[in-house]
Amino acid sequence: MYEHDVIVVGAGGAGLRAAIAAQEAGADAAIVSKLHPVRSHTGAAEGGINAALREADSWEDHAYDTMKGSDYLGDAPAVEALCKGSPEEVITLEHWGMPFSREEDGRVSQRPFGGLSFPRTTYAGAETGHQMLHAMYEQVVKRGITVYDEWHVMDLAVTDEEDPEDRTCYGVVAYDIASGEISGFRANDGVILATGGMGQVYDHTTNAVANTGDGVAMAYRAGVPMEDMEFIQFHPTTLPSTGVLISEGVRGEGGILYNAEGERFMFEHGYANNAGELASRDVVSRAELTEVNEGRGIEDEYVHLDMRHLGEERILDRLENILHLAEDFEGADGLTEPMPVKPGQHYGMGGVETNEHGETCISGLYAVGECACASVHGANRLGGNALPELIVFGKLAGRHAAGDDLGEAEIPTGKTGEYEMADYEFETELGESGGTSPAAADGGAVVTDPETVLSAAVQRAEARVEELMDRRGRNHAEIRSAVQETMTQHVNVFREESGLKQALEDIQRAREAYKDVAVADPSRTYNTDLIHTMETRNLLDIAEALTMGALARKEFRGAHWRKENQVRDDEEWLKHTMVSWNDGEPELWYKPVILEGENKTYEPKVRSY
Amino acid sequence: MSTQVPEQQEEPTEAAAETETQIPSKGDARRAEKRRRAAERRAQKQAEEAERAAADEDTIELKVFRYDPEVEGKQEPRFDTFHVPFTKGMTVLDALMYARDTYDSSLTFRHSCRQAICGSDAMFVNGTQKLACKTQISELQEPIRVEPLPHAEVTKDLVIEMEHFYEQMHAVEPYFQTNELPDGELEEQRQSRENREKIKMSTRCIWCSACMSSCNIAAGDNEYLGPAAINKAYRFAMDEREGEDIKQKRLEIIEQEHGVWRCQTQFSCTEVCPKDIPLTEHIQELKREAVKNNLKFW
Repeated sequence: MYEHDVIVVGAGGAGLRAAIAAQEAGADAAIVSKLHPVRSHTGAAEGGINAALREADSWEDHAYDTMKGSDYLGDAPAVEALCKGSPEEVITLEHWGMPFSREEDGRVSQRPFGGLSFPRTTYAGAETGHQMLHAMYEQVVKRGITVYDEWHVMDLAVTDEEDPEDRTCYGVVAYDIASGEISGFRANDGVILATGGMGQVYDHTTNAVANTGDGVAMAYRAGVPMEDMEFIQFHPTTLPSTGVLISEGVRGEGGILYNAEGERFMFEHGYANNAGELASRDVVSRAELTEVNEGRGIEDEYVHLDMRHLGEERILDRLENILHLAEDFEGADGLTEPMPVKPGQHYGMGGVETNEHGETCISGLYAVGECACASVHGANRLGGNALPELIVFGKLAGRHAAGDDLGEAEIPTGKTGEYEMADYEFETELGESGGTSPAAADGGAVVTDPETVLSAAVQRAEARVEELMDRRGRNHAEIRSAVQETMTQHVNVFREESGLKQALEDIQRAREAYKDVAVADPSRTYNTDLIHTMETRNLLDIAEALTMGALARKEFRGAHWRKENQVRDDEEWLKHTMVSWNDGEPELWYKPVILEGENKTYEPKVRSY
Repeated sequence: MSTQVPEQQEEPTEAAAETETQIPSKGDARRAEKRRRAAERRAQKQAEEAERAAADEDTIELKVFRYDPEVEGKQEPRFDTFHVPFTKGMTVLDALMYARDTYDSSLTFRHSCRQAICGSDAMFVNGTQKLACKTQISELQEPIRVEPLPHAEVTKDLVIEMEHFYEQMHAVEPYFQTNELPDGELEEQRQSRENREKIKMSTRCIWCSACMSSCNIAAGDNEYLGPAAINKAYRFAMDEREGEDIKQKRLEIIEQEHGVWRCQTQFSCTEVCPKDIPLTEHIQELKREAVKNNLKFW
């Protein structure tokens, strides 16, 4: 057993920032991650970090843009915390040596990004995430923070009171990938989930293979609701063959989108008469697919992104990385030809329900970064708003877990505030994919002693691994790809009722198949077969909750488009989708959005660009 | 032929002896049975593969290094052959993933981002250090030989022990240091565009360790900092925001016995770097800086 004050799960931008903040606040913080920190997917972020740094700009404007971008599904206290906190955090990164791109006078450069009213995206070429991740890992090394790398966290150690709001998290159970050792990690003051995205639910994604939503699924099994999972951002510019991301920075610098007929369709077909290519991501993705669906796509699949007119000097200065990506992964030379692009899964706006301090409804359990939903992105995330989320909320959660007083949070979590149960009958059976990971509350005697809770969790994990390794059965890979295929086909940019129902059925079939899943590799040494098998369980839980939310939400808001209901319906749907796992099956409910900010209320308006 | 094969033939026996004792006794018999079944399955699949390969010309042949310290039949390193259907744009990583997901789920390698930024999948492909995800199959001679990076201990199959590499990276104080920061709230340190440009390439390192693996000096001197760590030192020593006193300290670190002076400018690191970092040039420039610095005190 290992013991620390604060245990951070995941070592991307949010996890590293949380660990540093917890340590600065006096706690003994440790990071447990299935990857070495520098392998984290924060490193793949390209475009930049939004921060209102300059006098002509203000955090209020940033907050307004973010609320509008969210299609009014962001919670104002979280959005305002993001926008107020970002400038200081960006300067902190600069003070930690992060090599930002610079202006003539030596100050940090900023560029325009989609949906922003001011060019407030700070950046380091088109490799901002890489530079940010490494600058922060350097600080972790400097501070001597303990890192357990290549330890896969399997589950949380949580007490089993009837209501999730009464439970406490005392640590995690993790599997050492190199040796096969299973161990408890006791957290005296708190566990912070920072496990990143869940893009592997889809097969065309910019996300890494490791982005399997582990933290979201773990918290869900412990009783924390998943919030707004149906809101998935499809990035408009990914390379068709691999899903590799081509930064929004290309359009920010002036890149133009063309269809097969050479039309600048964002304007010529009226998708965004003012902002054009720099409209919000959901708008551009739908425009591209509409072009393809109406026969104006290239090879019936993609459109062209042209940056040649920017000139070699500017491209090399600000977008050099894009040239390498387009060449290495699509064989296109961005200096002499347009690059093929199509929408690809990029980001999950939803995640583990938290308040603006990163706290979940379970005491001692936090979530930050892409795995969390505070919510700052609502129904659609603006480009350049993910990286500031990592550092702003990473820091807040780290401090809070370490005992700093951040005041009273305004966002209620769990069923502590106003809520309503969903009025929707699912035709498909839901839940339970077998195995020995039931919901936390099993109806037995309530155990609250930390040592007992942790050792019980370790025993469950050991039994689970033993079971997966000893039995015969099917390989996870076919189950995983079945889920990815149905999600990509039916729960994509355009969604309709019959397809969503089909997806739920396919997911249920995959759950059934998962009951017979087994690990063929008999080794305890670096058994990736086992790790991927455990991840696949997480993908199943997430795919199901996501599709449930999408099926029930009969409106068009932000990234969620429904064929049958092509308007935003504030009367009925200005509310967060919540899916809780209790007693072996998912439960759908809703909680209100908080539009009241510190000094103003963000009244929903028509979102046009 | 790979340079690391002789070393590896000794390692497995030792490693195997160590791990054997750690395996819990419970379920041993079942596991042995399972191993036997796994071996049978593998043999069957490979026979099927061979048939397919004969029937279909559009497949590629991969010869992949296999080793597992605790699995019978893999304790002695060997090469397995996989036939993978070729698709346009296929990379070595794509082919490995296909082989794993289709034929043998125990085939083990590190990978994550698939876009040459996480640095997980550096391997020895046809005798050269490469990132599997950005190496096109179409550019390689068949059969394609995939091995773990030379000059590192093999954990299993294509996975190597990275600890030594990380220790060398950490040895150069790889973090920004300065004695003065701007006073004003929200005020950044100024950095000229020229200076940022100067350090730009050095900041692109993704810690894949291809350079370290390719370096003859590192192979013979385990304490040599190696190209990646020296490049990291360069990244900070050349950053004008750190200041002269810190630079002094950095030059002392890289001038140590196992530092820059070990480099014999063979350029192998520069040749294999997947991010095109001019590593040898950076090492040379640090040597010059060190000499200038020493003359100053002379």
